[in-house]
Amino acid sequence: MADFFSKAEVTSSGRPVLLRSEVECHLLSSVDIESEDNHHFYPLKSGLLILTTHRLLWLPSSSSSSTSSAAAIPLHAISHIFSTKKSLKSMFHSPRIRFQVLVSPDGRLFDPASGSGSSSGSGSKSIVLTAVVRGKGDCDGFLGKLWESWRARAWECNETSGSGSGSGSGTGTSTATSGGLYSSDGSVRMVGVAGILRKEQEMWESTDKSLQDAFQDLNALMSKAKEMVMLAEKMRQKLLSGSSSQTSGANDEDMGSKEEMQDWLLSVGIISPVTKESAGALYHQQLSRQLADFVRTPLQRAGGMINLIDAYCLFNRARGTELISPDDMLQACSLWEKFDVPVMLRKFDSGVMVIQNKSHSDEEVFARIKGLVTKPEALRSGISPSDAAITLGIAPAMAKEHLLTAESKGLLCRDISPDGFRFYINLFPEIDPRDVYLVKDYGICNTWIKAVSTSGLK
Amino acid sequence: MQKLGEFKLPHFFNYPPYFTLQPVREAREKQVQLWKELILDYCRTQKIFVIGLEEEFPLFSNSVIERTLSHEAREAFLSALVSEGHAEWLDKGHRKCLILWHRIQDWAEIILNFVKDNGFEHSVMTVEEIRSGIESRGTEMELLSTACSLEIKLPWKRKEKCT
Repeated sequence: MADFFSKAEVTSSGRPVLLRSEVECHLLSSVDIESEDNHHFYPLKSGLLILTTHRLLWLPSSSSSSTSSAAAIPLHAISHIFSTKKSLKSMFHSPRIRFQVLVSPDGRLFDPASGSGSSSGSGSKSIVLTAVVRGKGDCDGFLGKLWESWRARAWECNETSGSGSGSGSGTGTSTATSGGLYSSDGSVRMVGVAGILRKEQEMWESTDKSLQDAFQDLNALMSKAKEMVMLAEKMRQKLLSGSSSQTSGANDEDMGSKEEMQDWLLSVGIISPVTKESAGALYHQQLSRQLADFVRTPLQRAGGMINLIDAYCLFNRARGTELISPDDMLQACSLWEKFDVPVMLRKFDSGVMVIQNKSHSDEEVFARIKGLVTKPEALRSGISPSDAAITLGIAPAMAKEHLLTAESKGLLCRDISPDGFRFYINLFPEIDPRDVYLVKDYGICNTWIKAVSTSGLK
Repeated sequence: MQKLGEFKLPHFFNYPPYFTLQPVREAREKQVQLWKELILDYCRTQKIFVIGLEEEFPLFSNSVIERTLSHEAREAFLSALVSEGHAEWLDKGHRKCLILWHRIQDWAEIILNFVKDNGFEHSVMTVEEIRSGIESRGTEMELLSTACSLEIKLPWKRKEKCT
């Protein structure tokens, strides 16, 4: 009979009305609920079984008889959930979920909401119910979720926060599990100002602890997500209200702690809306200056130019802990434009990004390259990036960038062959297409011919 | 001075970058220009009409410096000739190129003048007759006709003003 179960409220479109802070977890379709023991029990046929954090709801499908209405089994009333035993018989049957529920003396399902007070039931009897899953749903998954929800005891959280008074630490607790801890350890009674301060302190401690718990385990985070959202909202509100109200100068301390809060938020990856508008968070500014100082030595060693990736590795290694992300690095480097530091970030045409001294001049490098490439040996067989690297005293990758830049300026020409990628001095401007056999007496062509012919090439 | 057969090669033929397609604009333009002239000169003096891109062409490699023009480079230079009117692709796949060291209009002029000079205006001649005729000997008409007899379709037929 429907009277056995608690009534579940349903909206006009057939959706169940959930209790406060009740969340749906899983559902299965085409489920019958039967009882093995009690034959007076009128089985519920072919409905939708919904698992929430607080109850098991059974909703009749539209095709079933109109006499059955939505039923609810509070998870609180479940005393035991049987695990599925895989047997030969179970292979031919539809999957089943068996659980034991407490029955109150008047023959109905035990329902704590109907005013039977706290803790486990006064009902002495219990019967076993079976949910037969005739549809295609994931029965094992549902069973797992049922276990979880039943163990989480979400309804108890409501009860403890509902009760409120007592040792006064109830309002501060944020987790269902820790709610039990605080009330049972016989904490100090709160009196006067000391009590209020103590309460605040405990609240912050528990927030801190809950943050730590949350970030340790993603599953735990998901369950605490609601609290986190509320916390973040509170923080945001505080920051926004703090910045918008331009109060008197007595707020220095506030400002200090506000910046601390911003830093703290930044360190957990939350970008405060206040800092987005400003020229860059304090964190990035400090980092930028620190980076400029640090990078000076490696720059000198590397001959004035260092690959951004190399700089990133060196910097992080030097820091040891509190490593920075590549994004932080990029931001810090781009902030250099705003300060007066002797280093700058430069991006080559090929996409390679380097850090170089502001005093570095391309012209000087080109002059050195030209000197290198007009030597007789280089006139004959050109130079490779490694040759340039040795002469210029910089890394081969940097040397290649310089050579490519020199090429685009018309100083060099490339020569690609099975021997590799080489560069020669650019002779094309000197060649006159109207008289290709003419070689000017002055000019690089002449030098080149001389150099080439001495090696026996004609 | 290096030679390719009887042909005198310019000094920059031994300049390795000459054989690599240059990416920088100024260098590329100059390079293309030099190659165009070189190809036309060579074909004119060696009486070469057709260049096959995938075949060995002596001008396209230099064994002294061990460099060869890549297929991409060859196509680039020949396409430049085509767009100037000094060459024509013989197939859609750009595998064979007809070199016209005179442009098509110029060839048409030559035919026209030949016909006029020799009074052939109102007669019909076969290609073979032109080739073996006394008038043609030693002139460019002989060359032209030889090319014809090699069964190369000559696009200038559409420019013919005489029969």
